[in-house]
This record gives sequence, structure tokens and C-alpha cells, in this order.
Amino acid sequence: MLTGIYGLLSASFFVVLDAVDVAFTEAAVGAGISGLLMLAAITMTGRSEAPKRHKPLLALLVVFITGGMLIYGTLDMPYFGSFDAPVHQHVAPRYINDSMQEVGVPNIVTSVLGSYRAFDTLGEVAVIFTAGIGVLSLLSLPLRRRSSKLDESSSENSSNSSQKDQMHEQHMVLRIVSKVLIPFILLFALYVQFHGDFGPGGGFQAGVIFAAAIILYAMLFGLDTARRVFNQSIIQLIAAIGLLLYASVGVVSLFNGGNFLDYNVLAADPIAGQHIGILLIELGVGFTVTAVMIIIFFNFAGRREAQQQATERNSPELNVTQANSTEQKGGE
Amino acid sequence: MLLGLYNYWIVVLLMMIGFYIVIAHGNLIKKLVGLTIFQTSVFIFYISMGNVDSGSAPILAEGVARYSNPLPHVLILTAIVVGIATTALGLALVVRIKESYGSIEEDEIQIQDQLTEDKTSC
Amino acid sequence: MLAHLPILQVIVPLMAAPLCLFLNRSKLVWLFALLVSAFTCANSIFLLQQVMSSGTITYQLGGWDAPWGIEYRIDELNALLLLIISTIGTVVLFAAHTSIQKELAEDRHTLFYSLYLLSITGMFGIVSTGDLFNVFVFLEISSLSAYALIGLGKDRRALWAAYQYLIMGTIGATFILIGIGLLYQMTGTLNMADIASRLAEVNQTRTVFAAFVFLIVGVCLKLALFPLHLWLPNAYAYAPSIVTAFLAATATKVAVYLLIRLSFTIFGIEFSFSSLPLQNLFLVLGLVGIFAASTAAIYKTNVKHIFAYSSIAQVGYMIVGYAIQTPTGLMATLLHLFNHALMKSALFLALGAVVYRIGSAQLSQFQGLGRQMPLTMAAIVVAGLSLIGVPLTVGFVSKWYLLVAAVEVGMWPVAVLVLLGSLLAVIYIWRIVEIAYFKPPLPGREPVQEAPWTFLAPIWALVLANIYFGIDTRLSVQVAQAASQSLFGINP
Repeated sequence: MLTGIYGLLSASFFVVLDAVDVAFTEAAVGAGISGLLMLAAITMTGRSEAPKRHKPLLALLVVFITGGMLIYGTLDMPYFGSFDAPVHQHVAPRYINDSMQEVGVPNIVTSVLGSYRAFDTLGEVAVIFTAGIGVLSLLSLPLRRRSSKLDESSSENSSNSSQKDQMHEQHMVLRIVSKVLIPFILLFALYVQFHGDFGPGGGFQAGVIFAAAIILYAMLFGLDTARRVFNQSIIQLIAAIGLLLYASVGVVSLFNGGNFLDYNVLAADPIAGQHIGILLIELGVGFTVTAVMIIIFFNFAGRREAQQQATERNSPELNVTQANSTEQKGGE
Repeated sequence: MLLGLYNYWIVVLLMMIGFYIVIAHGNLIKKLVGLTIFQTSVFIFYISMGNVDSGSAPILAEGVARYSNPLPHVLILTAIVVGIATTALGLALVVRIKESYGSIEEDEIQIQDQLTEDKTSC
Repeated sequence: MLAHLPILQVIVPLMAAPLCLFLNRSKLVWLFALLVSAFTCANSIFLLQQVMSSGTITYQLGGWDAPWGIEYRIDELNALLLLIISTIGTVVLFAAHTSIQKELAEDRHTLFYSLYLLSITGMFGIVSTGDLFNVFVFLEISSLSAYALIGLGKDRRALWAAYQYLIMGTIGATFILIGIGLLYQMTGTLNMADIASRLAEVNQTRTVFAAFVFLIVGVCLKLALFPLHLWLPNAYAYAPSIVTAFLAATATKVAVYLLIRLSFTIFGIEFSFSSLPLQNLFLVLGLVGIFAASTAAIYKTNVKHIFAYSSIAQVGYMIVGYAIQTPTGLMATLLHLFNHALMKSALFLALGAVVYRIGSAQLSQFQGLGRQMPLTMAAIVVAGLSLIGVPLTVGFVSKWYLLVAAVEVGMWPVAVLVLLGSLLAVIYIWRIVEIAYFKPPLPGREPVQEAPWTFLAPIWALVLANIYFGIDTRLSVQVAQAASQSLFGINP
């Protein structure tokens, strides 16, 4: 919860500093996804914490030296908000003054992200993809074992499934509200995806929102139901397609005689080419981010379910506490 | 007029809180929380330097003379994504560690490792 | 298409990584990955040729000019690093299919190759780019994939090692990010060459000094320089053998590259070595690192640990060469980059073969292997000799130049200490030889067979390269010399 508040706070701080795009992302990531992941991990690892700390002195020393170094470094920095700092003089003016003629997108952040520094963004998508693959390789359960487990739980462990239904029934209100909400969330995600040229938004934020809708669905209607709609291997392929789509835009511009990711050559008119390019790469970003977020969540949740089933078989009394913990999670 | 730098100093303070949590805490999840705080404060640091007095958000509109610097925003968008990717991977590792060691305290894990080490070397 | 070589080097493996998920058959994915890395290998040879004949290549991504867009800039140093990474990546990958069959679950194979390719991509990206922030992004690609690859290890200690690496690596990356931010603050640009030209005005400021400190510390964390090396031994010891062979040969090299690039190209030699007592600091840390790590290696019982500690010691040699700060010293460092990659990948691959056969890398399990796996153990011996620095191997060449560099500037004590450090290597290599050749096979164990040819071929290719480049030094020395001279701004 605290991380959520922290994320929201820093997001509002970014708004104050005129960084709307960043604020949007931080709100979605810091307040949404990372809090959710933290919660999921904590429910799996337990809340207790050993009170003892070791070596606080050494740590304090290191921290003070680093902090001192940073303060020392800030002493010669241009003042906060001053217009004539070198940051605002050298590279940035071109983005502000010429991006309309060169890229033709009112949101300067989008034009820098999507065109001037598009390769960084490609790297960013690759990072997200790597994280998805990494989580998959660490947490995914072997396919065969999982399906047999599902069979077991549906046939032999009927009490368990009925209890699950009960749990879902308790959230009747939530379920109905979310049934109404989810289409709007998805719609909003699409709006954010395609409106990134004009206002704050873009593929990454849209992907996170889209994934949030699906995660909400999975939390309320059960993981298995959600899995039936979004099959694990299909999601993996979507993640791969997103990254490929992004990179192939670059390859197409190679074949059209430009440099990698040079959108000017994608269409006869450079501005139209830039539009097509940015649209396509944002779509690629959206695909990969959505898919990876879902992969991460499904694998955390799937792992947790497997853990629970293992403990249930050992001690049936534990069920009550588990139901409580899931409730809490649903509430948050 | 050192007050012009106050914003950076607060960021440094936040940064050091996060950094301290990372090194000093023994709980693996807390370490990751600290890491998140550490990273976020670096993001704030970047955004602070992109800010311009009486500038507005960098979306071209009529009647606006000064915009904030868009480049730090772009960099931080990328960095946020990198940050969440790291956190996700770290948490996945913590979950696996909990499963195989039964603990997420740094010192307990080290003790267990020491035991296995001794057993194999004998 | 020739003009696009620099970018192809990076995007081909980058696109191949997601494609792996479509293939989904272990052997097919392996062949595909092998093909891709062989392509990057050929590509890097072309690049090196082009750079040697016609000088630095630049490439504007997205068609935007340098400080506004991102630029790729390949000079001799970058081309050398690209060649090292792609060659080692390919050779090691050759044995991957056999090795991971025993070390990884079947359904992890596709993911493994995908991560492996991403890791290569990240390193290529770091090495080729001329943009400081782009370095950070690709650094994270290569690190995240490395954490995941290490976490794939069978032993549960692999998870703990991966976690520690993740924490240390992310602190390092964040330090680098702070440093980049401070530099950007003072110069208003992210392009390395542009920063270098604009720094002259502001390099007296405290902000630039702080930026320098943060960048160096961040890189040293990644480098596993002596006091910051704690994450390395376990990460190397418990990762899957293939991953160890690859990372040991490449990961720290990329960090050394960053160190050189930062201090020589961006900050300039004068600033780097006058603002901090960097020379003495690195000399001391490097030498202490050599001795502390070599001594630790002597007392370890897991052979993977022994060589992991020896890696830390070898980083020490590179840092010593760097700290001497003459063209010859730097050349020794670059040569050692190349040579160490050759010997360490051979050693760890051979260990992978041993693990493949006996399922353990404990020293006590090595008894009698000298006769049962003659080719593998012979490879370990030759590569070990190279590690020590015996004439006719590559290890000798780089240590020779290191000594020459030290003597040139009159640092006799350094030269003596470097020689003494090599003696420590003799001890830990001898322990392995003694157990493998002079102890009877373990009683009650099935006779162990020689490793399969998919192991022996890459291992011996690397071992022969160790000997070849130890005798015919023209190629490596020429490239290293050109790179170091261009870094010092001397026109040959």
C-alpha cells in the first residue's frame, strides 16, 4: 500500500514539474503495477520480518559519503528552474522549435521518444521483453504438471473449487461493477494508445492500462477463467510480435534506403512517414508491454496458486487464512 | 543564494533513504522496496533539471512561449520501464528463494549456504 | 548494405530473440541461435576490417544528426570488443545444446536461448553506441538477461547469487544513471563526442567531478574490481556452465571497455588522471585484487569458484595496465581483454564438460579424470598454463606487455608484484592438475567417459586459439596497438 501511495505522490510531483507523460507512466507503474507485484510477492513469502539489522554503521557511512558527494556535486549546478542552464540551451531547443516541422506531432515527448531517440525506446521494449522472459524462466510451472494439477483440483478436490466459487460470490458487487468498468478501461487504453501524438500517453501507458484491466478480470473471476481467454503461449507470442513489429519498422526503412528507424522514407511525404512510423512503433510497444505485464502477473499468481494447493493438501485448516488473504488482495 | 538548489537536496535525501534501505536491511523484499525508492528519486532528479520557471508541459499549443525540456522526460520514461522490469525480475527471484530456502532474510540464507558448503567440502 | 553493418550487428540478435519463441523446438532454436551468432561474428570481422582500413565508422540512427538523435560510432576499440563478444558467444553456444540438456528442464530451453541472444544484444549495444543514455538502456538489457540466466542454475544457491547480482548490478546502474544525469546537466547533451567537446568549459566544476566519481564507481561495481567483487564468485559458480563460460569471458570485459571509454574519450586523459589520485588508487586496488583473489582461489574446493576468483585477479591485471596510463599499458590491458576471454571461456567450457559427465565441479571429484577424460583435462592444463602466463600461450603475450609497460615508466615494484601474482596462479592450477592426474580414480564410481565432441570441438578451438595467438601475435597486437594509440590521440 505504501508503495502505491509513494508512486502516486511522485506522480503528482511530476505533474507539478510539467512532466505529464512521466507522471502518467509513474502513476500507472509506481502506484499500480509495482504495488500489485509487491503485494503478490509478499503474500507468497510471508509478512513477518526479522527485526535485527546488521552493519548499520557501515551502511550509514557509505550512504553519507554518497550523499555528501551528491550534495557536493549539486553546489555548482545551475539553479532549479533557471532558463539559461546548459540543459535548456544545447540539444533541447531543436526538439521544441523544429519537431513540428520535422516530425509533425504536437506532443514533443512523443516525437523525441518515437523518432529522435527511437532506438532508446526500442531498447526499452527489449528490456521489458527480457524481464518477461526472465520471469517466465524463473516462475513458470512446467506445462504438463500444470495441466495435470488442474485436472486433479477439478476432479478430486471438489471442495476446494466450491470454496473458490463461494469466494467469488462474496465479491458480487465488485464483480458487477468491474464488468461494467472493464470495457471502459479497455476503451480508455485504446484512447491513450492512439492519442499519444496529441496529449500525454502512448504505447507504454496504454499497455499498462490494458493489462490492468485484464489483471482486474483475473483477480475477480479467477485465474483459470482469465487463462482460458488469454492463453499463456499466445501471450508470449504477442510479446514477441510487439518487439518484432517495432524492429521491423526499422528494417523496412533500411530497405527503403534510409537508416535504421528513419521514418522519412516510409512514405512519399516525410511527415506522413513519420506518422506511420510512430503509430506502428507505439503499437509494438503497446503489444509487448501488455503481454509482458500479463505474463508477469499470471506467473506470480499461478505460482501462488500452486503453493496454496501444495499447502492445502498438507493441512486443510489453512484454507481459512488463505481465503482471508485472497480477500484482502481482492479488496486492494 | 543556495536556496535555488533546495529541490536537488531533497531529492538527495530521498535517494539516500532508499540507498540505506538497500544496503542495511536484511529482508529481501525490503531491499527491493529500497531500490525502487532509490531509482524513483533519481527520476525526480532528472525531471527537476528539465523544469523551467513558468514553462509549461511540452505539448505544442498556441500562446505558450516556454516549454519544459522534453528530453529528460523521454529519458525517464525509459528509465521507469527499466525500473519496473528490474523490480519484477527481483521479486520473481525472491519468490523462488522463499520456495527453496524457506526464508527471505539475508543472514538466514547465508547460514544455510554455509552449512551446505561445509557438507560438500568434507 | 555495407553502410548498415554497425546496426545489423545489434538488431539481428535483437530480432532473433523474440523469434526463438516461435520455433519452440530445442534443437531448432539452438541451430537458429547458432546461425544468428555466427552471422554477428562474421559481421564483426567485416567491421574490424573496415575500421582498420578506413577509420572510425559512424551511423546515424533514424537519420537524425548526432547530438539530437542517437549515433553509433565504431572505432578500433569497439570493433575489437565486438569481435571478442561475438566470437566467444558463437563458440560457447556451440556446446550449449549438449550442456543444457543435463542442466536445464526441457521447457526452459527456448527461453534460455532467447535470454542468451538478448544478453549478447545488450553487450553489442553497449559497445557500439556513441550515446551515453543508450549505454544505460543496453546495459540493463544485458544485465537483466544475465540475472535471469544465472537464476536458471540448478543449485538453489544460483537464485541467491542472481539476487545479489541483481541488487549490486542495479545499484551500479543507478550510479551510472546519476552520473549521466549530472553530465547532462552541465553539458546539455548525451552524445559522447559532443560531451567531450563541451566538457572543456565546465570541467573545473564540482558537478562534473561528482559525475565522474559516480560513473567510475558504478562501472567498477559492474567490473567486480576488488572491494566491489562480492557478487561475482557465486554468480559464476552456480550459473549453468554455458552461462558461466559466456559471462566470464565477456561481461567484465564490457565493463572494462566502459571504464576506458569514459576516462579516455569522454572525460579525457588529463581530467581523469589529475582530478582524482586515480592512478595510485587503481594500481593499489588492482594489485591487492590480484593477490587477494588469487589467494582465495587457492583455498576453494569448487573448481568453478577457483576460476571465478581467478577472474577477479585477472581484472586486477587489466586495471593495473590501465592505471599505468601509457599507450603500452593500455595496450597490455586490451590484449589481456582479448586473451583472458580466450582462456576463461576455454576453462569454463571444459568445466562444463566435466559437469556434464560427473555432475559436479568439486575438486575432490576430479580424481582420476586425467586418464578418463584426457582431452578435456589436457585443455584445462593448456588453458591453465595460459592463465599463468607461460611462453607460447596468449597469457604470456599480455603479461609481457604489462611488464614492459611497468618497466618503461620505472615502476619496478609493480612489475615484480605482477610476476609474483602469476606464481599464485601456478599454485591453484597445480592443485587441479595434481588431483586430476596423480590421484587414482574415485573408488566406486563408474569409469567416466570422454566429453562428447560438441564440447570438445569448441573447447579445443579455443585452446588452439590460445596457442596460435600466443605465437603469432601480429593480429591481436596490431589491433590493440591501433586502439590504444587512437585513444591516446597518437596518429600512427
